[in-house]
Amino acid sequence: MGVGNTGKGVSELADEVRERLSSPSGQELFALLIVLGIVVLALDLVRRLATGEMAFGRLWRYTWNGLVDSLYIALAAIGLSMTYSILRFANFSHGDLVTTGAFSGWAVAWLIGGWGVYGVGELVLFSPTAAGPTGGELGMSVLASPVAILVGLVAAALLTIGVALAIDRLVYRRMRDASGISLLIASVGVALALRYIIGVFWTVESHSATASAPILEEIPAWLPFERLNLHELTLVATAVGLIVGLHLLLQYTKLGKAMRAMADNKDLALITGIPTERVIFATWSIGAGLAGVAGYLIVLDRGQFSINIGWFLLLLIFAAVILGGIGSIYGALVGSLVIGLTINVSLVWIPADLNEIAAFTLMILILIVKPDGLLGGVETA
Amino acid sequence: MSGADPDGDPETETAEVPGDEEPDDSEEPSAVIRPEWRSDLLLVAKVVLATYVGFFVVGVLSGAGVNATVGTIQSITFFGAIFALGALALNLHWGYTGMFNIGIAGFMAIGAYTLSIAVASPDGSPAGFGLPIPVGIVLGTIAAGLAGLVLVIPTLRVRADYFAIVTLGFSEIVRLSVQSRSLREIGDTAYGTGGGQGIRATPVDSVVGWLFDQPIVGDVGGVLIVLGETVGIASSVLERGIYTLVLILFVVAFYVLLTRIAHSPFGRVLKAIREDELAAKSLGKRTDRAKIAAFALGCALMGLVGTLWMGSRTHISPDNFMPLITFYVFVALIVGGAGSNTGSVIGGFAFAAFIFEGPRFVRTMVRANLGTDFPRTAHGAFAELGAGDPSALIGYVLYQQADEVRYIVLGVVLIVLMIKRPDGLLGHRKEIAAGVDLSRRGPVADGGRPAVGSDDRAGTESETDDPAATNGGDRDE
Amino acid sequence: MSDLERGPDAGAGRSEGDADDRADRAVEDAVLEVEALEKRFGGIVAVDGASFAVERGSITGLIGPNGAGKSTTFNCIAGVHRPNGGRVVFDGEEITGEEPHQVANRGLVRTFQIARELPEMTVLENMMLAPKGQRGESLWRSVLPYFREEVLDQERELRERAWETLEFFEIDHLAEEYAKNLSGGQRKLLELARALQTDPEMLMLDEPMAGVNPTLEKKLLEHVHQLREQGYSFLIVEHDMDVIMNNCERVIVMHQGAVLDEGAPAEIKSNEQVIEAYLGGEV
Ligand SMILES: Nc1ncnc2c1ncn2[C@@H]1O[C@H](COP(=O)(O)OP(=O)(O)O)[C@@H](O)[C@H]1O
Ligand SMILES: [Mg+2]
Repeated sequence: MGVGNTGKGVSELADEVRERLSSPSGQELFALLIVLGIVVLALDLVRRLATGEMAFGRLWRYTWNGLVDSLYIALAAIGLSMTYSILRFANFSHGDLVTTGAFSGWAVAWLIGGWGVYGVGELVLFSPTAAGPTGGELGMSVLASPVAILVGLVAAALLTIGVALAIDRLVYRRMRDASGISLLIASVGVALALRYIIGVFWTVESHSATASAPILEEIPAWLPFERLNLHELTLVATAVGLIVGLHLLLQYTKLGKAMRAMADNKDLALITGIPTERVIFATWSIGAGLAGVAGYLIVLDRGQFSINIGWFLLLLIFAAVILGGIGSIYGALVGSLVIGLTINVSLVWIPADLNEIAAFTLMILILIVKPDGLLGGVETA
Repeated sequence: MSGADPDGDPETETAEVPGDEEPDDSEEPSAVIRPEWRSDLLLVAKVVLATYVGFFVVGVLSGAGVNATVGTIQSITFFGAIFALGALALNLHWGYTGMFNIGIAGFMAIGAYTLSIAVASPDGSPAGFGLPIPVGIVLGTIAAGLAGLVLVIPTLRVRADYFAIVTLGFSEIVRLSVQSRSLREIGDTAYGTGGGQGIRATPVDSVVGWLFDQPIVGDVGGVLIVLGETVGIASSVLERGIYTLVLILFVVAFYVLLTRIAHSPFGRVLKAIREDELAAKSLGKRTDRAKIAAFALGCALMGLVGTLWMGSRTHISPDNFMPLITFYVFVALIVGGAGSNTGSVIGGFAFAAFIFEGPRFVRTMVRANLGTDFPRTAHGAFAELGAGDPSALIGYVLYQQADEVRYIVLGVVLIVLMIKRPDGLLGHRKEIAAGVDLSRRGPVADGGRPAVGSDDRAGTESETDDPAATNGGDRDE
Repeated sequence: MSDLERGPDAGAGRSEGDADDRADRAVEDAVLEVEALEKRFGGIVAVDGASFAVERGSITGLIGPNGAGKSTTFNCIAGVHRPNGGRVVFDGEEITGEEPHQVANRGLVRTFQIARELPEMTVLENMMLAPKGQRGESLWRSVLPYFREEVLDQERELRERAWETLEFFEIDHLAEEYAKNLSGGQRKLLELARALQTDPEMLMLDEPMAGVNPTLEKKLLEHVHQLREQGYSFLIVEHDMDVIMNNCERVIVMHQGAVLDEGAPAEIKSNEQVIEAYLGGEV
């Protein structure tokens, strides 16, 4: 099929053309430099380990933290990648869906944990006055009140889905034909409105929602841990479970196949025209649900949070999506892994308050050198 | 707003029927082509005046007091000028060239930090170089321009939405860098960014004090302050007002510069890049060069805005440069209509009045009428609402949460504009990218001009059109 | 549909050799020479060793069924795509792999199959953009007082030329209209008029008659002939065999990325392969 001969492929052609315009030799050179940089760092790492300048345990800790970070980044990145490819715009309000999940989920968890003992307002708003309980007093840990935590998790997903669908109906559905840039700008508006509506209720101050995490001290010797943080473990187990579940959904259900086709195959998406509302519904549901869960789990792991939790995460999520190649769900997983490891393992060389800079720089470099993502061009699903 | 001035913008109405408007205007034959200076200026004046009168009447009637109301109006003007400057600079990137830069805060930060480091006292912590403020402003502008240059060269080929992410990432990198502890004091030197605490330096608006020390200006200023105090306006408000006047001069300068660019072959190339870069290239246009020049210039202007705005504080810190700043400027431009310099100015002002200062003004009025005794939490507000006192909730939202309300309004305005009026409140404005009036040549207007340009074109080709023209037949269809 | 999937018959090597022979035979003073041009998109070989030449001052037709690689050939010549192999020579100088603006500034200007007017710019702005050597395209000159005067002088001249060309194409009544409001045919005319504003030596037109009504088509062809009289060279992609046969001195037939035949219209018409390719292409 001649791309140039079908009238509808104009923008496609334009993209294509622009891509071809880029001088490959310069890019290749640039890519080579990056690879070289990574090799040098790897060699330096080996040297540090060999000379004992850095203990192996520290590297392992960084790596483990990187894996944990990459899991919640992945949960959020999957949804962003899906909306990016199916609705065709960079959704800057995705981070605030993460925030929505954190606040709505924990509000429900508190409500259940303190039901009948404290007032509803005090619980839902995480004790706005000194009179209210703390997360510790409510026993907000997976051992003390597993039911409240679990129900909160489900509520985080459902309420975030509800918010996302409402936003879609109010905003994005009216703009199905609009350009990606118009949608992007509108999504910035959504991000601000959503975040500060939350802010009106919960204020911009930071909250602490959980009891301190239960720690397992007695670990089987074959595990590479001295102690296990059960909240972290819950995060890991839930995230891995959801990712595996999503994988099964995409591989084995009809809906999953349709979505995969739409996300991976731009031509097919073009031929089928504007994606059906049903696929859009599924996209928002899965994407927002995972984002909400991500927000909820981050709070479980960290304890502290504020309304900026999602916004601060947004660029890291974008970085993961871009690294993996927009539209590729499996790419988003790989991208998240790279970003998670980057922000942690980079601590070997740079101070902790520069690690996000490393991740953003990596993202910009990838956008310049390989805008298709690291796996670009490879069939990933 | 657009309804308020039926005659302000004749271009939009006549766009569809070329050729038959304004039959008698023999000097400037067509309003469609020429930038309408007079009507544009009038439009700006009308919007500004209407806003002033509106705020004044509402302020005084609501009992907010003359000083508070005039303070608000001065604030509106100050921020109106700031956002007009920002929107004008952004218009060069986005409105003209189609470069979707959402890293404005980063370029402002580079400008303001460069200024502060340049002018801060050498004994301070972190230390500065103690240079004069004008030097600092120039350095800040140059630094931001250079940063733009460094960023744009490798990203020339990047798609619009990726470019947005790159620029946002860049501005966050800048902010996180100046915030970082490791740059608080660089190496063993006393110089640095001050990390999270920021830098203390002589503010740029100390120019007002300097002005007051000058012979004539100072006398006039002294009289103004006395006059102001007699009607209840604090001298600080007036002094701030004088700095605002300086800003307005900058707005005029930006406007002239950018309008010159817009009405020039360079501006035409920029516009062509926005419309279709490949088409422009295929006509032999060096689009890369034009994009680099436009982007670097716009970034330099953003840096300058950063120095004029944040530099007017005694102290700057990384928190002054959150990405929100970028979206302020964006909304200002979108309100006015991207692609129009006049729209940028009006948008900047309207944004400052109704979105940026509006909620604060409401807060002032609430305080004047309902006091300040409002619940501090949503919990308390709803509790009192349950107890039958709705003013608690109103007070909570409008008084305690005025900033949050501003951001919500900001978001909602952005959404509504993108859905309903993507061309801005003023609607689409036809501004022609050419240095001269393009309407059909007058018989006398240019007859005597020597053929300056023909010598650098291939001689044989420039003749080829002439026989064609005679074949072309009638001028009047 | 693409012919690539259809015919196993046309081998690349064969047509390459033939093409060289033909080129030597027919073209005396070539303004454009293409040698063994090759362009692949992933697995698709869009242009597969095409070689041909265009006589200076001629109207040369480039025909071939959909997907034959004509537009891709244009894109490779004009610098939009970097060819994977082969050479492009314009006016005796190799231009392979140059950027589009470099090619255009050499005097080889093209139009697009789908007209690329600048939609939110008026017809006049479109016309004013095109001329080469505009001093005001430098930021400084367009802003600084003394230089700006020069720029404005040049603008006035360009305005004259723009109106003349618009009158020549009889679209001057649309001068102040946004390009996006033009009909498909008018856009094609505008694109051609705009290309002429660059003072080109040679024009490559990709399906200039597509979507143009018969009256306009006739006019457009008249213009092309007039311009040819003035010394321009043309390479025109066209689907309509009749148009090609009646207007071109020479015709190049492309099929599956390679040149199938090359010669005078009458010769081409009688070539069995061409007929077959066309019948095949139209099914
Ligand atoms: N940018 C592109 N990416 C991938 N394939 C392309 C691209 N451009 C053209 N093609 C393919 O190359 C072949 C030739 O296309 P084209 O040059 O447009 O043919 P023509 O203009 O002769 O109809 C077609 O199979 C088309 O699908
Ligand atoms: Mg074609």
